[in-house]
Order: sequence, then C-alpha cells, then structure tokens
Amino acid sequence: MIANVGAQLGLAYAFVEREIALSKRYWAWEIVWLVYGIVTSLSVAYIALGAPAITGGGLAQADVSRFVLYLLVGTITWRFLGLIFEQMGETIAWERWEGTIEYTFMAPVPRLTHLAGMCGATLVRALGFSVAILAAVALFVPVDLSHANVASALALLATGAVAFIGLAIGSAVFPLLWTEKGLQMAYIVQAVVLLVSGVYYETTILPAWMQVLSFISPATYVIRGMRAALLDGADLAAVWPNLWPALLVGAVSIPLGLRIFLWAERHAKRTGRLKRSG
Amino acid sequence: MAIQARDVTQSELKMKEPTVALAATGVRKDFRSARVLPGGGSSVRAVDDVSLEVWRGEIYGLLGANGSGKSTLIRLFSTLLTPDAGQVRVFGRDIGRDELAVKRMINRVSVEASFFKKLSAMENLVYAGRLYGVPPEISRPKIRSILGRLGIAQARLNEPLEKLSRGMQQKVAIARAFLTAPMLLLLDEPTTGLDIRSKREVQTFVRDLRDEHDATILLTTHDLDEAARLADRIGILHQGRLVAEGTPAELAARHGGGTLEDVFMTATGRRLDEADDTSGETGA
Repeated sequence: MIANVGAQLGLAYAFVEREIALSKRYWAWEIVWLVYGIVTSLSVAYIALGAPAITGGGLAQADVSRFVLYLLVGTITWRFLGLIFEQMGETIAWERWEGTIEYTFMAPVPRLTHLAGMCGATLVRALGFSVAILAAVALFVPVDLSHANVASALALLATGAVAFIGLAIGSAVFPLLWTEKGLQMAYIVQAVVLLVSGVYYETTILPAWMQVLSFISPATYVIRGMRAALLDGADLAAVWPNLWPALLVGAVSIPLGLRIFLWAERHAKRTGRLKRSG
Repeated sequence: MAIQARDVTQSELKMKEPTVALAATGVRKDFRSARVLPGGGSSVRAVDDVSLEVWRGEIYGLLGANGSGKSTLIRLFSTLLTPDAGQVRVFGRDIGRDELAVKRMINRVSVEASFFKKLSAMENLVYAGRLYGVPPEISRPKIRSILGRLGIAQARLNEPLEKLSRGMQQKVAIARAFLTAPMLLLLDEPTTGLDIRSKREVQTFVRDLRDEHDATILLTTHDLDEAARLADRIGILHQGRLVAEGTPAELAARHGGGTLEDVFMTATGRRLDEADDTSGETGA
C-alpha cells in the first residue's frame, strides 16, 4: 500500500519535473506572462489610486487605500485562480500541440496520478507567479496589509485552488470532444467566470441573470472571503460563509471533473480523437 | 530483394517460442465522418475482422499501402483506440479490462517522433523513464548507452530536440521505447522519411535489440525491403483486411514464388506503389 503510494507519487512527480523543465525552456514566454500579470495588476491599482481625480475628489485617503487593496486582492486572486484554470485546462491542448498526447495517454500511469501531477505543477507555477506579482506591485503601490488575517486568506486560496482544479479538469476535455474549437470553449468559460465573480466589483451590481452565474462560481466566494480576510482581518469563523460554498464546489467539481475526463478519454478512444492532430 | 532471405518456417518459430505475445481476434474498427464520404455513407471501416498472433521473440511485419489500416491496428494494440468488435490480448491480458497492465508491457514508436520539442533528448527520455517507473539514476546511463549505439554524440543529448534532424529524432524515439524494456514493441513505420543510412542504422538496432533483449516486435511498413529484411513473419493488410500471412518463404511458396512485391501483388491485386498512390485518407 505504502509502496504503491510512493510509486504513484513518483509517477506524479514526472509531470511536475516536466512542467518545470518546460518553464525553463520557455523562459521568455514565462517572463512575458509575468510582466503582463504585473502590468495588469498595477494598472488596476492605479485606477484605484486615481479614484479621487476620477470621481471629483470625494474620497478620503483611507478610502483610497482600501479601494487599492480591494482591487488588488481581486486581481491577484483572480490571477492565481486563472492560472490554475488555464494550465489545467490546457492539459490536453498543450500535449496535442507538442505532439505528445498519444505517448502520454499510452504510458502506464493512472489518469488520477497524471492529473495529480499536473495539479502539483500548476500550483507551484500559480503560487510562484502570484507571489512575484504581489511583490512587484508592492514596490510601486502602497499596500496596507496591517489588518490582514493570513490564515484565513491561505485557507480561502487553498479552497479556491481545489474548486478551480475540479472545474479546469472538466474543461480540459473540450479539446478531446471538439478537436478544432475545444480550447477556445475553455477560454470562453474562463472569461464568463471572470465577469460574474466580482473580481473588480461587487456581484450585487450585476443583472439578475448574471447573479445566478455568480452564485455558482467558486471564485465569487473566494474573492469575497479574501477581501474580508485581507481588508478587515476576518478570521476563519468570519469567512466560513464564503469558505463552505467554495469547499462544496470543490467537493463536487473534483470528482465530477474526473468522471467527465475519464468519460471523454473513453469517448476519444472510441471515436479516434486521441491523436496528435485534430 | 528476394524474400528467401529469412527462411524460417512457422513451425520452427512455434517450437522455439510458443508463447503468444499478441493475439487479435476478429478486430474491427469503423470511423464516422461528419460528411458523406466519396463511396457514399458516413463511416469508413479502417480495420475489418483482423485476427493475428505474434509470438514472443519474433518480429512480425505488417505490410500495407497508405490507408490500409496499419496505423489504426497499431493504435488499437497500443490502447489509443478501442475496437468496435473483437478482442486483443497482450501476453494473455485483455487490453480493455487490464489496460494498465498491458500498458506496462508495451511501447510504441510512431511515424512522427512525439517529443516536447524544446526539451532535450535527455530531458525527454528521463521523463519517459519516470512514466514507466525507471528512476533517473538508472535511466541516464542507459540513455547515453542506447543513443551512443545509435550514433548520437553525447554533446547533442542536452540540445533541444527541435534542433536535431528528423533521423536523429526518430532514433531518440526508438531509444525511448527500448529504455522502458517493453515486452511488446509496436513500431509504426519507424523508418519512414529517414535517409538510407539512418534507415539501415535503425533496422540494425531493431534486430540487435530483439536478439539481445528478447523483445517481441510488431512492425508496420510499406517498405517491402524493410519487411523482408526485418520480419520473421509478414502479414499483408489491404483495405483493412489481413489478406495474407506467413513467413517470407511460406508467402513465396503460397503465391507462386518470386519477390515480396510479387506476393503483395498477388494478394492485393495491386503493386504496393500503385496502392500507395491511389489510397485516400481514411482517418486511419
């Protein structure tokens, strides 16, 4: 039993090591994404800093500082969740683009182990990017984290990561089902989640039909909880109303995402779609 | 090339190694198309009721024109496709029910070397080794040894794969397959597109490794010379059906002697190069 767990961890690590090696080889693109993340987050922070001028000067300095942190928490949390969604969502598309999909799916690796390895690699990259973006932004914009409750924030991030991994695994199969347009569909799903999850605003301002979508998006609860933890120092008990819905989505989305993935793999093997070209 | 070059009879092979490495029984595979195909209908039968056995330790050559179903059959045997009908067993294990166990016993080299293009040969092969449970401390020296035998200089092992020639990439693909010591190796046109010298090196390597490592090899090719040079037994696939099978000597005897080209023509009614020219893409 323990030997088997060790063997599976070894297999899963193959994917982590591979992704790290790929990041090194594609270092120029990694820098592009990092700079893009920093610039986007900084731009959002400057919108908040410029709020008094934009609104005619009706905001106190304390309100501006809070607004800066409000937007930064939204944008960096979304960057973290979005990276998870993108990288896990590209599990199939990337391998097809590289031409390795057949080899990976032919290898004697249980699919759960394969996806666990990809999750590990994705979390390492998403965490690294998010910390680097936060550190870079803090160099340019005053970020007041004196009231932050770090434990609550970490619990929310971990929960959000789990929920997004499940959603991303489910979305990753689009290229298996629709070889030509599958990846584009995954990106549309991600864009809609951005719109409805209150990344830059409260979801209450959305039209009623969008609020229905925001109700089922785990990002809504994670971002709301992160703001409570980092702006107001909310402890675990205080963020629980935002933690449990995200936990619930994770508890549902991971087994559901896995089931969808396994079904799509069987479907692709039946229809001949499990191949390097569309 | 005269096909008497490998004059081994089926009975001799059976006496030598009676274990069945691969057994396919009544295998069929259809592909559906969203549009109506030239012959009418919207599905094409890529593999049609194929039954064959490959014995442990032999090299079985599957000969056929482009679109004859060779690659589909290899993809079925390598668990990348599920058959619509029939059964495939690898060393007694059903590929559907015991998929993971079968995967541990097989490896495949396809026409196109499938690698992470930016990663080096060493990185790609260490990764492949890990997937098959071979730790880096064991795989690294083995990789150097195998690639050295295939004529790839040590200095090139850490270059991105995309900088290596097509022939070199294919050699790395073959090295990857042998690195995992498969009991059954599926070679899908491994020398297609290679220059004569690389082709000969790969063919020699395949023969040597079969002899040294007791591997069973199923090789698809549309190169008559390669089939005659490498295969202990040959199956001829035509329009998804196995239309002839036997040792080169048996095929020659059954189809009036002469060359493998003559055998192919008698069995399929076409010359191999004509069949290649006229075959359409079947999705196979």
